Amino acid sequence: MNSDRPANRSDVLRPKNVGAPIRRTEDPRLLTGSGEYTADRMPDRPLHLAFLRSGQPHAKITRIDTTAASEAAGVVAVLTAEEIVDDFKPVIPFSRMANYYATPILPLASGKVRYVGEAIAAIVATSRYLAEDALELIEVDYEPLKPIARAELAVAEDAPLLHEEAGTNVLIAREFKKGDVGKDMAAAAVRVGGRFEMTRKAPLAMEPRSYTAEYEKRRDALTLYTSSNIPGIIRDAISESLSLPGHRLRVVAPDVGGSFGSKGSLYPEELLICIAARRLRRSIKWTADRLEDISSSSQAFSEIVDAEMGFDANGTATTLQADVIGDVGAFSIYPWTCGLEPVQVVSFLPGPYKIQSYRGAVRGVATCKPPTGPYRGVGRPVSTFVCERLMDMGAKALGIDPLEIRRRNLVRAEEFPYRIASGIIWDKTGFIECLDAAAEAAGYVQLRKHQAHARESGRLFGIGIASYAELTGIGSRIAVAPGMPINTGSETAKITIDSTGAITAAFGVASHGQGLETTLGQIIADDLGARFEDIRVVQGDSDEVPMSTGTYASRSAVLGGGAAKHASAILQAKLRRVASHLLEASTEDLEVTDGKVAVLGTDRSVTFKQIAKAVYSDMKTLPVDAREELTATYTYDPINGTTAAATHIAAVEIDPATCFVKIHKFVVAEDCGRIINPMIVDGQVHGGVAQGIGAALFEELIYDDDGQLLSASLVDYVIPSAPEVPLMDVVHVESESAVAGGFRGMGEGGTIGAPAAIANAIADALSPFDIDVSILPMTPERIFRLIQNAKLKAKEKS
Amino acid sequence: MIAISLKVNGQRHDVPDVEPRMLLSDLLRDRLGLTGTHVGCEHGVCGACTILVNGDSVRSCLMLAVQVDGADILTVEGLGSPEDLNVLQSQFREHHGLQCGYCTPGMLMTGEDMLRKYPLATDEDIREGLSGNLCRCTGYQNIVAAIRSAAALRSERKS
Repeated sequence: MNSDRPANRSDVLRPKNVGAPIRRTEDPRLLTGSGEYTADRMPDRPLHLAFLRSGQPHAKITRIDTTAASEAAGVVAVLTAEEIVDDFKPVIPFSRMANYYATPILPLASGKVRYVGEAIAAIVATSRYLAEDALELIEVDYEPLKPIARAELAVAEDAPLLHEEAGTNVLIAREFKKGDVGKDMAAAAVRVGGRFEMTRKAPLAMEPRSYTAEYEKRRDALTLYTSSNIPGIIRDAISESLSLPGHRLRVVAPDVGGSFGSKGSLYPEELLICIAARRLRRSIKWTADRLEDISSSSQAFSEIVDAEMGFDANGTATTLQADVIGDVGAFSIYPWTCGLEPVQVVSFLPGPYKIQSYRGAVRGVATCKPPTGPYRGVGRPVSTFVCERLMDMGAKALGIDPLEIRRRNLVRAEEFPYRIASGIIWDKTGFIECLDAAAEAAGYVQLRKHQAHARESGRLFGIGIASYAELTGIGSRIAVAPGMPINTGSETAKITIDSTGAITAAFGVASHGQGLETTLGQIIADDLGARFEDIRVVQGDSDEVPMSTGTYASRSAVLGGGAAKHASAILQAKLRRVASHLLEASTEDLEVTDGKVAVLGTDRSVTFKQIAKAVYSDMKTLPVDAREELTATYTYDPINGTTAAATHIAAVEIDPATCFVKIHKFVVAEDCGRIINPMIVDGQVHGGVAQGIGAALFEELIYDDDGQLLSASLVDYVIPSAPEVPLMDVVHVESESAVAGGFRGMGEGGTIGAPAAIANAIADALSPFDIDVSILPMTPERIFRLIQNAKLKAKEKS
Repeated sequence: MIAISLKVNGQRHDVPDVEPRMLLSDLLRDRLGLTGTHVGCEHGVCGACTILVNGDSVRSCLMLAVQVDGADILTVEGLGSPEDLNVLQSQFREHHGLQCGYCTPGMLMTGEDMLRKYPLATDEDIREGLSGNLCRCTGYQNIVAAIRSAAALRSERKS
C-alpha cells in the first residue's frame, strides 16, 4: 500500500548513498539492548536524587524543615533554594521582543510555588528508594494563594499575579498587521469564523527525562549525561550559571529515547544535579518517573484562537484576523522563551495561502501549570488547524469543493519566493504539487463517491484535507524563537582521518531517534568518497566541536548535512593533494570513491589508509609541507533556510453509537526536497502523523480549577497505540531546495498537518448535523455532546 | 533482605540480598547490569519493560524481584547480538521498525511472545497484540511490517 514515488528525478544521476534506503547504523546496538541511554550510565558508586514537588498550584512557602529527612537512612544531603543560593546564577530566557517579561529559571522554588509539580527540595541519597523514602520527612508550610488555572482568568481585572515583579500575567504580547483588514472584511462576499481551541498536550517521549552528572575529582570537572536534544545549549547555559568553563563541563546526549521538544529546553533539574554533584564531589543520577515527567516537562499548545476569514465570491481568501490567547504556564523557558509556541501560531496563521490582509494578535499569559515549550510542529499544528478549518468553512459557505478552494488560494510555482501576510517568506516549494499528489494518491474523486454512498445509508463518513508550509533548517537571519540572543543558525562538522585511516565525523547536532548517524554518514560517504561502513558519526557531545546547539526545529539534515558536505569537500581536496604526490598524477586526474583515490582510467590507486600512513607515520614519502593533517572543519549557515510543505488527506467514519472515530485512510504528500534516506523520511512522517492523530482524537492534559492535573498517568493521558493508527500512504514530491544538498527539513510536518485534516474530516462526517469542529481532541464524549446538542436544536426548530 | 536465584538469558544469578520491595526491572538493570530492559512508566501501561518470565511476557515494572526466585527469564540481551541479530531483530532493522529505540526492547519481547504463540494471520491481529506497547516515534506501521515479515519467515521455516 505504501506508494513512495520519487517524483521526476533521474535515478541514474543519484549518488549511491544519498537517496538510498540504507539500513541504520544505530540499529544493531538499539535492537540488542546495547544502546546507552542516560539512565544506563553506571558511574562509580553514584548517589541518587529525588525531588520533593509542590502539591500546591500557587502558594507562599513559609517554612521548610529538612531536619528529619537529613537524618534518614542513606541520605547524604537535602538541598533547598536557600541552601544553594550561592552556587549558581539564575538563567534568564532573554529576548529582544518588546512586551516580554523573562522569568528566571531556578533549580528549586524560592519563596513561592507556581504550579503543581514544581521542585521545592532535593534529596541526595545512596539509592533512589532511600531518596524517595526521605521525601516524606520534609515538612513544608504553605500559605495558599489564589490559583490561576485558566488563561482567561489570568487576564481578568482582579487576577492574582503569578510573578509580582512582572506587574502583569501577560508575559508576552505581540501583533502582526498587513493591509486593511476592516475594509477587506467589509468587502468580503463571505465571512467565516469562530473560537478554536487546541488543548494542552504532553510531548510524551517514551524515555522520561534523565540526567547523570559524573564528577571528576582530579580536576573538579563535570560531565553531564542528559536526555536532552540541545546538549550544546545546555553546556553553555550551565557553564554560565555555575561559572564553570567549557573544558571543565562536558555535556553529552548519549542515546536519547525521543524528545519531540520535551527535552529541548534547560530544566531546573539539570542545573540542580550539577550543583549537587559539585557540592558533594560525587556522581549523581536522576531519572523522572512518569508522573514527574508528565507534570514537570514542558507541555504543548494550549491556545484559544478567535479567528475570522473573508472570501470573495470566487473563493479567494482575501483577509484574515485572529486574536490568540496562549496559556504558557508558570515560567518562560530557556532558551526559547514563552513566546515560542503562541507567537508562532500568529506568525504562521496565513499558512501557504495568498491572503492579502492580516491582523494577528497574541498574548501569552502565565498560569499555574508547567511551562509550555517546543512540541513537534510548534505553533503550526494550531495555526494549521485554525486556518484549514476556516478554509473548509469558506468552501462550504461558497459551495466550492475543499480541494478546489485550496487550489485557488495556494501560492503557485511561478509566484515564489512569496512573502505571506505575516511576513514569512516561502521559497520555491511544491505547494500545488503536494495538493495534487495527495488527491491522486487518496483517490479523491472516488472517495467522494464512496462518501455519497455511505451517506445514503446513514453512515457518518467524512473526508478532510489540510495543506501547510513550514520553515525548516533556518539559518542565522531568522531566530528560531523571536528575539533570542543565541545563534541557532549554524552547525559544525569536523571530519578527521586518523593515523589508522579511520574516519570520524563529529557534529554538534544531537539525534534522539531521527537516525542522523546514518543520514549524515550517507552524505559524507558520497561527498568524501568513503565507504559508508567506514565512517563513525559522533554527535551530541560538547567536547567534540567548539560550539553547538543541538537538534530541533527540523534543522539537522539541512544544517548538519550542509556542514557535512562542505567539510567533506575540504577533506577530499586534501586527500587529492596527498594522493597526487603518491600517485604522481595531477589532482584533476584523480577520482575519489570507496575509500580510495585512483588515477582515472588506470588501475593505480591508494587507499585512505595508505594516504594516512604517508601523512602521519611515514617520514620519507612526502615532502614536509605536503603532510597536511587529514582533518576538515566547516560551520555551515544556510542564512535563510528553506521551506517544506505537505498536504494531508484523511477519511474517517464516526460510529454513531460509540462516537469513536475510525480513520479509514490517511495520505500524506510532502515536499522535503532531496531525500537522503527514504526509509527514514517515511518513518518520520508516520510518527508525526501518529502524534497528530493523538492530538486530534485522544490527548489532553486536563487541569481542574485548582490547578491539579487530572490526566497524569498513561491511563488517563491516552496516546495512540497500534490499533488506533491506520496504515499511512506517503507520497514524496521531491523538489530540491536552494540550500547545500537541496535538502529540506521534515521531522515535524506529520504533526502539523494531521490534526487539521482529521478535524476537517470529522466536521465533514458530521455535516448532516451542521456541526462545527472547533476544539481538539475530538474525543467520543465531545462528539456525543455535539451530536446531542445538534439534535436538540433541530428538535426545537421543528 | 531475601536471597533469590534465577536464570536470565541462560545464565544463573544468585542474588543474596534483595529488598522485598525492589522491582524486577530495577533488579535487572541495577543489580544484573542488564540495561536493555527500559523503564517507561512504572505503572504497567507503556510496555517498554516487557520481558519473558517462564515463557510468558510480563511487565518487569509490575513484578517484584522476589517473585522471580527460581524463574527462567529472557530479556532483549538474550535474543541476539549486534553481530548476530535474531530473525525478529533483523526484520525490525530491515523495515525501520525503530527510531529512538526506547520502546524497542519491549516491542521485541512482546513480538517474540506473539510469534511463539499466535498465528498472526492479519495486520489487525498484530496490531491488537501490540496494543499494550506504546511507541511514540514510528506510528507503528513499520513495527507491524517487521512482525508480519518475521511471522512469514517463521512459517517458511516450519513448512
